[in-house]
Amino acid sequence: MTPMTLTEKILAQHAGRDAVGPGDNIWVDVDVLMTHDVCGPGTIGVFKQHFGKDAKVWDREKVVIVPDHYIFTADKMANRNVDVLREFVREQDLPYYYDVGTDKYKGVCHIALPEEGHTRPGEVLFGTDSHTCTAGAFGEFATGIGNTDAGFILGTGKLWVKVPPTMRFVFHGQLPPYLMAKDLILAVIGDIGCDGATYRAMEFDGDGVYALNIEERMTLCNMVIEAGGKNGVIAPDKVTLDYVNARNKHGKAYTPVHTDPGAKFIYEKVYDVTKLQPVVAKPHSPDNRAAVGDVSGTKLDRAYIGSCTGGKLTDFRAAARILKDKTVKIDTFVVPATSEVAAGLKSEKIGSQTLEEVFLSAGAKVGPPSCAACLGGPSDTFGRLNQPLSCISTTNRNFPGRMGHKEARVYLASPLTVAASAVRGAITDPREYLE
Amino acid sequence: MQTTITGKAYVLGDNIDTDQIIPAQYLTFNPSIPEEYKQFGKYALSSVPPSQAGLPKGHVPFHTDDEFVSPYKIVVAGKNFGCGSSREHAPIALDAAGIEAVVAEFYARIFYRNSVNGGYLIPLECVERLCERVCTGDELRLDVAAHTMHNLTTGERYELKPLGEVAPILEAGGIFPFARKSGMLG
Ligand code: SF4
Repeated sequence: MTPMTLTEKILAQHAGRDAVGPGDNIWVDVDVLMTHDVCGPGTIGVFKQHFGKDAKVWDREKVVIVPDHYIFTADKMANRNVDVLREFVREQDLPYYYDVGTDKYKGVCHIALPEEGHTRPGEVLFGTDSHTCTAGAFGEFATGIGNTDAGFILGTGKLWVKVPPTMRFVFHGQLPPYLMAKDLILAVIGDIGCDGATYRAMEFDGDGVYALNIEERMTLCNMVIEAGGKNGVIAPDKVTLDYVNARNKHGKAYTPVHTDPGAKFIYEKVYDVTKLQPVVAKPHSPDNRAAVGDVSGTKLDRAYIGSCTGGKLTDFRAAARILKDKTVKIDTFVVPATSEVAAGLKSEKIGSQTLEEVFLSAGAKVGPPSCAACLGGPSDTFGRLNQPLSCISTTNRNFPGRMGHKEARVYLASPLTVAASAVRGAITDPREYLE
Repeated sequence: MQTTITGKAYVLGDNIDTDQIIPAQYLTFNPSIPEEYKQFGKYALSSVPPSQAGLPKGHVPFHTDDEFVSPYKIVVAGKNFGCGSSREHAPIALDAAGIEAVVAEFYARIFYRNSVNGGYLIPLECVERLCERVCTGDELRLDVAAHTMHNLTTGERYELKPLGEVAPILEAGGIFPFARKSGMLG
């Protein structure tokens, strides 16, 4: 049989076929559909319009709803949208809903999904959010879709996909202490461009990848969409399985899938991580890469540490390594992705201080878990750039207007680089603050 | 699906992302409610930096601030149109503003899917780079079946790529009517 990549194999299995190849159009069975407050109301509208107002979803065990985008705002429409989700969950009796204002509230969906045991190797996950690709870190096929596709899945449990060819990125070597997964993925996006993986899968491989913890692997897969990728994927290993098994409280069976020897890749690139530098993506595109050394000293007004790609415990641990016993020179916003990460900030310590105490005593502001200013949002959103400021951020997009004001300038960087830059008030290489 | 579309061109450059097409602050409107669907038209393309709006000159507004519908019918753009988020509000905003087709070098995947599966507009790909050949305001005539475009203002004719495998979905009017036609839905 023709050897297949991990992505091809998962898609073939979910289409009930022995084999598929790039370019094939197939209908796949969906394991999990995720939606949130921004796209949920539209998805529900599509579902009701086409399947009837009394229709039931195809499988209530497979629908996950995570309000996360516009949460801590007085905006009436935003709050109305969460009410639409609530009403739908009640009427459909959906078990996996993480409501605002309850102790089930989580925060950013892409981190909530694995924490709550909704990501498993070998599965097919669709979500109404482009960063659904984050879950590829668990060895599954995960990608973003719109309301119409999601409404279709709600009624049928199926969706057509075109099988993407796979690009392979191999990382070798031990990651130096001043680099993070964010530097690796910004290097890749800088190399291939923000359309370099359009219609393609991106598979990450090599000892440099398997040495990363699960959160860092999520950072890699999170940003494949910034290169136009359909999905990112990392083969499951012990690190994956340990995490998944510890969280799989619903006890769902799953089958890990690996790329066959001899599978064909459309592109292959090998990196030696010991030779890479801390990098930023300059305004206004994630592929506008520069070595931190080349832009060091660029004046900043603000720093932001948060989001699905840069607001995990690993990210805050890294930032705290630099901010411990220092003071930030510019407004610095800290936004944990989820309530679990927020709890970690209060419990995990460096020396005698919790991570949260490190941030507060450095002069940073700590907000409640949500997407917050990562995508701008209503004008009262925590950390939103309401003026044309320069901001360095651990988030994933810096298109014009993304974090608020359309003339704001956003630099994307690792939590280490963002923290070092916050201390100096200008773009700074983290090596200057790391022994 | 309309097979010929005649109307004025609005020209944009490369990497027009979904935040430029419809800024995040307007995503609180629910597109399933018809009055709110209209609102997306009003804010369509409102985050495109002015110098890039309406090429080659720039600083050409897509519509005036209080209009819901634009006088332009066809967007002509460069590479990677619709990159960024998965928000279906992006093709919806263009549709609500009266855009019937986009002609770009190529699209970001999710925008393309959403346009086709939701049946909002026809995403066509050009063979040669047209965003530097066509000027904002040029009168264009698209022949979708013959995959050609005629610039009535300059007299030029351009070859486009055939729609290929998405043609039947667009012809049906989106993924729901397509699936119904092919017997997948009852
Ligand atoms: S944190 Fe940012 S990138 Fe992630 S889901 Fe929220 S808005 Fe999207």
